[in-house]
Amino acid sequence: MSDTHAQTVSFVRDTMLPEAEPPVGNRGAILWMRENLFSGWLNILMTLVSLYVIWWALSHTMPWVFNGIWNAGSLSECREIRNATIGADASAACWAVLGDRWQQLMFGFYPRELYWRPILALVIFFVAIAPVLFSRVPRGMLAFTALSPFAMFWLLWGGSLWFPVSIALGFVLGWAAWRALAPIAGTLIAMIVAVALPLIYWFYTAGPLARELEQVIALSIEYVPSQDFGGFMLSFIIGIAGIILSLPLGILLALGRQSDLFIINKISVGFIEIIRGVPLIVWLFTASLLLNYFLPPGTNFDLMLRVIIMVTLFAAAYIAEVVRGGLASLPKGQYEAADALGLDYWKSMRLIILPQALKIAIPGIVNTFIGLFKDTTLVVFIGLLDPIGLSNAIRASAEWNGIYWELFVFIGLLFFICCFSMSRYSLYLEKKLQRGHH
Amino acid sequence: MTDTATNPADRAIDRSHMRVSDEVAIEISNMNKWYGSFHVLRDIDLTVYRGERIVICGPSGSGKSTLIRCINRLEEHQSGRIVVDGTELSSDLKNIDKIRSEVGMCFQHFNLFPHLTILENCTLAPIWVRKTPKKEAEEIAMHFLKKVKIPEQANKYPGQLSGGQQQRVAIARSLCMKPRIMLFDEPTSALDPEMIKEVLDTMIELAEEGMTMLCVTHEMGFARQVANRVIFMDQGQIVEQNEPEAFFKAPKSDRTKLFLSQILGH
Amino acid sequence: MTTTSDAPKAGFRPSQLIYDTRYRSLTIQVIAFIALMLGLSWLVSNTIANLSALGKDFDFGFLGQRAGYDINQRLIEYDSASSHGRAALVGILNTLLIAVLGCALATIVGVLAGVLRLSKNWLIANLMAVYVEGFRNIPVLLWILLIFALMTEATPQPRDFREGGDAAMIFGDSIAITNRGVFVPAPFWGSGAGLLLAVLLASLVAIFFWRRYAHRTQEQTGRILPIGWGTLGLFVVPTAVVFLALSMTSGRVTQPVLATGATEGMTLADYAGSQQAINACAVPFSTESLNLRRLMRSQEIRFTYVPVEDAAGALAALEAGTCNILSLPASVDLATVPAGAVALSDTIRRGMPVEFERPVLGGFNFEGGLQLRNSLIALWLALSLYTGAFIAENVRGGILSVSKGQTEAAFALGIKPSRTMRLVILPQALRVIIPPMISQYLNLTKNSSLAIAVGYMDARSTLGGITINQTGKELEGMLLLGLFYLVTSLVISSAMNLYNSRVKLKER
Repeated sequence: MSDTHAQTVSFVRDTMLPEAEPPVGNRGAILWMRENLFSGWLNILMTLVSLYVIWWALSHTMPWVFNGIWNAGSLSECREIRNATIGADASAACWAVLGDRWQQLMFGFYPRELYWRPILALVIFFVAIAPVLFSRVPRGMLAFTALSPFAMFWLLWGGSLWFPVSIALGFVLGWAAWRALAPIAGTLIAMIVAVALPLIYWFYTAGPLARELEQVIALSIEYVPSQDFGGFMLSFIIGIAGIILSLPLGILLALGRQSDLFIINKISVGFIEIIRGVPLIVWLFTASLLLNYFLPPGTNFDLMLRVIIMVTLFAAAYIAEVVRGGLASLPKGQYEAADALGLDYWKSMRLIILPQALKIAIPGIVNTFIGLFKDTTLVVFIGLLDPIGLSNAIRASAEWNGIYWELFVFIGLLFFICCFSMSRYSLYLEKKLQRGHH
Repeated sequence: MTDTATNPADRAIDRSHMRVSDEVAIEISNMNKWYGSFHVLRDIDLTVYRGERIVICGPSGSGKSTLIRCINRLEEHQSGRIVVDGTELSSDLKNIDKIRSEVGMCFQHFNLFPHLTILENCTLAPIWVRKTPKKEAEEIAMHFLKKVKIPEQANKYPGQLSGGQQQRVAIARSLCMKPRIMLFDEPTSALDPEMIKEVLDTMIELAEEGMTMLCVTHEMGFARQVANRVIFMDQGQIVEQNEPEAFFKAPKSDRTKLFLSQILGH
Repeated sequence: MTTTSDAPKAGFRPSQLIYDTRYRSLTIQVIAFIALMLGLSWLVSNTIANLSALGKDFDFGFLGQRAGYDINQRLIEYDSASSHGRAALVGILNTLLIAVLGCALATIVGVLAGVLRLSKNWLIANLMAVYVEGFRNIPVLLWILLIFALMTEATPQPRDFREGGDAAMIFGDSIAITNRGVFVPAPFWGSGAGLLLAVLLASLVAIFFWRRYAHRTQEQTGRILPIGWGTLGLFVVPTAVVFLALSMTSGRVTQPVLATGATEGMTLADYAGSQQAINACAVPFSTESLNLRRLMRSQEIRFTYVPVEDAAGALAALEAGTCNILSLPASVDLATVPAGAVALSDTIRRGMPVEFERPVLGGFNFEGGLQLRNSLIALWLALSLYTGAFIAENVRGGILSVSKGQTEAAFALGIKPSRTMRLVILPQALRVIIPPMISQYLNLTKNSSLAIAVGYMDARSTLGGITINQTGKELEGMLLLGLFYLVTSLVISSAMNLYNSRVKLKER
């Protein structure tokens, strides 16, 4: 700018302007509507189409929902009430079926006076995962977490307390072997022994030991056979057991897939790809049709246990991929720093790598759990009574023959509430991780 | 950037007590390394005596980082020998563990463990590798944290510290293992200028105490002040090594001259 | 330099197996391998013992045996006399059919929902959010059952479409949604269809060369040719012109309808009224037979179809009395027609290259047209909507992953918004969108095994269902079924890997 212009351009403000409101069309609800609903012809068209869709959907469902009849003993009674009150051509849901059969949808044929047991097991589960999900919970709670699976098992199935105790003893045995041998014989040998010893114990000693102990001190609660399990309880048991049991295997598979050792790597990759390449329903049929072929002649165990085994293997492959993602996202420097400090492979994994990788993987694990929880509905095809299986059973009864939508809506809503809240939680965790990472 | 600008403290350092003994700390002879078919280190011969402070410099990709990473086996060399403290670095796992627990290392990006507090970072290796009781390990850790002047941060997490503080924690973490040799892999190159000084001060202090140090760095002020030997590497080879005075005043090789002119003068 | 020799090699100690990095990894692998082999041999020996205890053997001979069951949904020739192997093939093709249909619809729905969810329109964005969350958080099996129940319970029966019934066909009486399935017009390829197809293919080739030419012109001269409009024009114009030309020429040729026991000049309707039954001789899939069928359908005449070899065979059959009505190409000399057969007053105007046969309400059900069974539709819609919800999230995430700075940078360079999308945003977003999208395709393909819920005959229902039940070959059947799914998955995931390696950002 040349000097001559300096005078004309020079300007000093002596009064400050007050803050002004935007023009009427640019504020409040009108502004919001204009920006969000009617900002252009395409936008207006979309708004109108959406409004029509919403009106159409609501006008078809809402009368049905709100005309619903809650007090009736059967579908025909429902229809009679409807005809008497609002007319034969009105649509009305028959919610009475839920009042009549909700216990079955939730618990299957579990003895009614023992409902407190699964409920208590669920409470134990929530307490047990608290230290895993929230870092503020004292670490001592982890011991409770370690014991909770056995407690939940005992509460659900009942029977002798000594059975879960003798199973738990196997883990103690393995841990003791590891502690005793690792300093003397090296990690490799110690690990082999720590795996083999409990296996041998479970195969040969655990059962008789539990029976002996039961004869000495009887500690039993009423036994509930697996056939009586059903409804959402069954979905929860299969889903939760699948995820918890699959975690150790999934972590090992993820480490195997990251490993430089050719055979270990190929075994892990092969396992993961084979499991993931075949639909769960095929695996479930394998469990119900074929698992007995693969086990020693004469073994015959519970279908539900077989399903849990299959679901565990299935979930392990998915968990492995999630954990692998967590491992891969750690900077190489973490591995190098652990090496440079002289930590061996297992120590660096346990102390440095896995705590970080698992924390990153938790949202993915929650998502895997959501998927698995939804997939538990597939067990209906091999004869277990999950909520959908029970809806078929209810429909087959004389009172409720022909009832579809009410049951579907109820089941769908419960699944939605569970899955949606879990997915929100995993989203929250993801955001927190993104913020918390430096 | 001039050498005086990065000179950590314009104080004269009394180097008389920083004596170099005749005892060999590291002996590398005829060492070669390849990445696939790329020859990163070629016929490296290097003897480091106890108490020596060696600065290794050179253009990027010259193999200087790889060289010091070979010393604690973060990288595997393919031929030749590396003997550290009388222990030959071979494929024997016991020797590797022994050497790693005696050689400390600091990285360019600190590599602190973000899920552990500063104190836990420092006590981790003593507890799990040296099998030190926890209480004792914490005392040692606090001692070294005081030494690097951040004892008050002991219960914070690495993410809450500045880069310079993190690097000092990384030094303290290595010192907690009571190493006889320290390796530094570009410890200041990821830091803001005002934080470089605090890290260099810590390193100078370490040098004054007689620690054997191998340091890959471009801080020529530090080299001039502390090092008793400067090594210039290019294309995977040691091109020139000399005392700092002679190295900076009268470089012999053309490559060194070119490198020094690029890094020091404008 | 003190010594040039490496570490002393002599004196191998057993402890080296564990403590020497060179041998340690080998030791671990050998142990793992032995453990794996032990485990496998344990499983195999158990299986052998169990099979022999049951008196079963392990062979795939059952694939050649007669299946003996019917499959209502099939893409290839199959009847109950066919082998189990062929039944499995029918099932596999059905699985692939639902997978392809599902992936296509899921992509359309997903991309649309994903983009609309990012729309500035508050209402539609939230509507899409409801769709996405609703489908993602409820098991797909429930959706399949729900849609199947909707299709079977909430749709009218075919008889409701009769006069006085309360159901009506939609889209100009061409589509009927009933509880027995959806009836849609079936395409028939008349004469000239081959030519039409050839033109369509040629225009695709032309499009390819046009685009290449346009790119080259731009590279050499900087001139930007209208690629989009050119492509559209090349795609539409030649085919449309040929279609119109063929329709106009072929529409002039008429084709007589011959019938026995008729009087000269009788109309088809009168003739049908005078006869007890109409048996139509026709060469399967010939244009003439299709035209005749169309004519009779349009007048709602019920008839029986008598397939014959060729025109001479048709005339012979007419003479022999196996059929009483037929239609011949206009070129056939009417003098060769057997005695007693006369031409009716109705003639058939030769049809256009492609025509659609509408479904017509018959005695109990709709006839003609294409019947899409409820099982197929329910499975198809449910899988597509379910997978579409996941794809929508991928699409949304992909578009959001391209930072706003990219758009701003492109605008700052003066690139038009439409070109910014095509040249800057899409290439980056697709990198993020496509890999998870392919794994969604994989999921959809695997989820198609839920066909069991609606009785759609896919690979699991044939090979892994009825065949296993009839032959007792659980092991072999499940093995083949698993292998089929595994191969399909590997093919899809290797396509994904190929894509990933091609688009990987070149970074240091």
